[in-house]
Amino acid sequence: MDWPILSTLTFLPLVGAAFILVVRGDAAVVARNARNIALWTSVIAFVLSVPLWIYFEPADAGFQFEERVDWLAEGITYHMGIDGMSLPFILLTTFLTPICILASWESIQTRVKEYMIAFLVMETMMIGVFAALDFVLFYLFFEGGLIPMFLIIGIWGSDNRVYATFKFFLYTLLGSVLMLLGLLWLYFQFGTTDIPELMRAGIDPFWQRLLWLGFFAAFAVKIPMWPVHTWLPDAHVQAPTAGSVVLAAVLLKIGGYGFLRISIPILPDATVTFTPLVYALSIVAIVYTSLVALMQEDMKKLIAYSSIAHMGFVTIGLFTFTPAGVEGAIMVMLSHGLVSAALFLCVGVVYDRIHTRLIARYGGVVNRMPLYAAAFMVFTLANVGLPGTSGFLGEFLVLVGAFQANTWVAFLACTSVILSAAYALWLYRRVIFGVITREDLKAILDLNKREVAILAPLVALIILFGVYPMPILELFHAPVENLIAQHELALEGLRGATNFAAVQ
Amino acid sequence: MVEFPDINPAIAELWLALAAMALLLVGVLRGDSATRSVLWLGVLTLAVAAWLVWSNTDVSAVTFSGMYVADHFGAFAKVLILVGSALTMILSMDFLEKERVGRPEFPVLVIFASLGMMVMVAANDLLSLYVGLELQSLSLYVLATFQRDSEKSTESGLKYFVLGALASGILLYGATLVYGFTGTTSFTGIAGALASSEEQSVGILFGLAFVTAGLAFKVAAVPFHMWTPDVYEGAPTPVTAFFSLAPKVAALALFMRVMLGPFGGISDDWVGIIGLLSATSMVLGAFAAIGQRNIKRLMAYSSIGHVGYALMGLAASSPGGVRGTLVYLAIYVAMNLGAWGVILSMRRLDGGMVENVEDLAGMARSRPLLAAAMAIFLFSLAGVPPLAGFFGKFYVFFAAIDAELYLLAVIGVLATVVGSYYYLRIVQVMYFDEPAPSFVAPAGTTGAVVAVAAVFTLFFFLFPAPFVAEANLAALALFP
Repeated sequence: MDWPILSTLTFLPLVGAAFILVVRGDAAVVARNARNIALWTSVIAFVLSVPLWIYFEPADAGFQFEERVDWLAEGITYHMGIDGMSLPFILLTTFLTPICILASWESIQTRVKEYMIAFLVMETMMIGVFAALDFVLFYLFFEGGLIPMFLIIGIWGSDNRVYATFKFFLYTLLGSVLMLLGLLWLYFQFGTTDIPELMRAGIDPFWQRLLWLGFFAAFAVKIPMWPVHTWLPDAHVQAPTAGSVVLAAVLLKIGGYGFLRISIPILPDATVTFTPLVYALSIVAIVYTSLVALMQEDMKKLIAYSSIAHMGFVTIGLFTFTPAGVEGAIMVMLSHGLVSAALFLCVGVVYDRIHTRLIARYGGVVNRMPLYAAAFMVFTLANVGLPGTSGFLGEFLVLVGAFQANTWVAFLACTSVILSAAYALWLYRRVIFGVITREDLKAILDLNKREVAILAPLVALIILFGVYPMPILELFHAPVENLIAQHELALEGLRGATNFAAVQ
Repeated sequence: MVEFPDINPAIAELWLALAAMALLLVGVLRGDSATRSVLWLGVLTLAVAAWLVWSNTDVSAVTFSGMYVADHFGAFAKVLILVGSALTMILSMDFLEKERVGRPEFPVLVIFASLGMMVMVAANDLLSLYVGLELQSLSLYVLATFQRDSEKSTESGLKYFVLGALASGILLYGATLVYGFTGTTSFTGIAGALASSEEQSVGILFGLAFVTAGLAFKVAAVPFHMWTPDVYEGAPTPVTAFFSLAPKVAALALFMRVMLGPFGGISDDWVGIIGLLSATSMVLGAFAAIGQRNIKRLMAYSSIGHVGYALMGLAASSPGGVRGTLVYLAIYVAMNLGAWGVILSMRRLDGGMVENVEDLAGMARSRPLLAAAMAIFLFSLAGVPPLAGFFGKFYVFFAAIDAELYLLAVIGVLATVVGSYYYLRIVQVMYFDEPAPSFVAPAGTTGAVVAVAAVFTLFFFLFPAPFVAEANLAALALFP
């Protein structure tokens, strides 16, 4: 395709941000215009991403919609392109951004202009990460996303926001600078930072291990894995609702995507070497954070810990190197993107009314808010992984893959099914059921039209992908098969003729 | 009859010297009222000099009996110095007027200092090196005390003078040792003498160590950095801005020329020292700045840290390393210039300058554009992509990895993370905290410089290639 649709999509939000920047007038007018411009920009971005899906060729395991322009130096080009593993994440991003902007419509009243600019810049960075096929470019978007998120948490967050945002920024930065050194080393060894080319480069196993650890630092913090997860509950709790949504739904997935796009294909030997480590950390994450989630008094914190547990599932799935496991991991990421977003939005709905996130302050909400209770029910069940919701399929596939790879890992991961049911349903009971005792809850109003418009598409998608997941699954089936085939070839030292070149 | 030297390679320097003297005459005859016009004429003079250098980049010549060299490397550094000087001069206009310290000597001293710096980067002999260095240093000592009524300013100038003189002494001592053991002061001669002897005598190494120490003092690398925070805090703010820009470029360019020119053949003997200077500067710059409340002191420690990164390129002792350092310096000049422009705009409505980090509180609401520009500079100084500062670091780390200085690179990136904390703290104060009393609107001249610097810092990632290619040509000039 001639038209550079990926670049257009990536940088379109920046254009919107520029428009907001020049909005002038008194405060109310500026706020209204900023909201409208941001919403329309993100809706256009979403509409633009639909043809991407339509013209995408799922049977092709290679990269599509490729663009390449000279940029920094020989071998470091502006290289964009997507395959079936990145497309769903781009769609997730463009789908959720308008929802986030709608969710901030009334809850953000101060400095609306800056907020909307930060959000649109954030969208550019997120799409860019998933579309970049050059490691330096990937890194640029990967780190560039820190700036808007730092401001979103720091300016519009709750009481302890400064601590949380610094923790978020410094953790992520520390992880990613080590990746930078690794990528520079790769450049000097192979003269390129082009990801498809690096996949073809056979790297000495010793160096693979060092590089793997450097990349692991970046991705493990981002996804996050135990024990470097502690920034996440803080950031989630302090961030404004839409900030939590983006963090949970998209930013965490960048970590998983990094493993999928970089660690596994470029460093196959080291990946195998460190698989036991990943398994161990993931299982600790699943069991430990699930237990921690049980004891939370703050709704957002509970969902944050539940996210970490789900990400433990993702890392196990990715490192099983079985088609079921890897596809399951991607599915868990996508489903979690929808479900965690929805749950944070649900918390936001009641927070906007009562201004507290403490579970103990609620109870009996169903009496006043039946619609809300129904939506929350769907999301809770999807979070538990009930068959018929999108959450089920991913977890099931991961467990299938894990059984093929290691029975004990699968056994321990299964505990999550029980634990997640425990914390999610208990949360639901404490918030929704019971008798209303608080005065302010007696006057609480059910979902308004805007909130219905936000939550309805999420309910629909979660059920649709639970019942009929094929449109999503078929997207990444071919690239996952290819990834695993290449991985096995690489381990046998057979890189070369039958390589990635074959599918491109 | 002695043959008249070819003055073409030094035409820009000659122009600068003559113009500075003419401006001095204008200042003397017309008195303090002429400050503003002399300042603008000074900017014009520097701009013409930059144009003269730029249009002669192809010239590669040695003149004045081998004491003076004009090459692409020198041209790159000179343009950077001249642009930095000219823009700081524009930044200082508003300050000089409002603080009523405007005197025409100011621009003249800045031009003389710039002339000294140009001689430094073009030196091809220990003698011309010293002459350039002293011309620069003496001008800077006077500039530091320029606010004559302020105790802090005089103190800072005196401190700078005493310590600077000591460092010059150390440098000279080193130079005599080198001369004593090689029999020549010419860079080409020293390189030849070192290349012809199999084993280096201890005397040369002593001389090298003293020269390095003297130069490390001039660039303010740890452990020769002690003077920096005090001098930076005490000197009038535009002078501090000037200190942190052009003289840093000149001293680092000179450092590279000396190390890679005459001592290039024995790089094994000094790479370790430079690496150590670089690592300690990065680490100290990152940690010591955390506790600073005064923004000028904070910027002093920040500049120490940045010198550490720039030295990393020198430690790589390769064309890629020199290229990295040059790119780093150029970007450093741009973002620091902007940051100093914002600091110079920290003037309360009642007219007083303030210089504590807390005074910036809530600036995002009272002066949103200025705050946004400052945030850009701070994120860039912290090295967050896609801002220019990231690319500066990128190219020096690039060189360090290429030279297999892995430990240094790891220390460097970790120091970046620590360092980003204090830059972010300023962002926090500006964006998250409740507003302090507002500042007056920045002067048009200051605002223009800040805007130019912000645009450069923000959009550097779009057009890095020609810029880096230019730095590459400059770097290759040092490796014949």
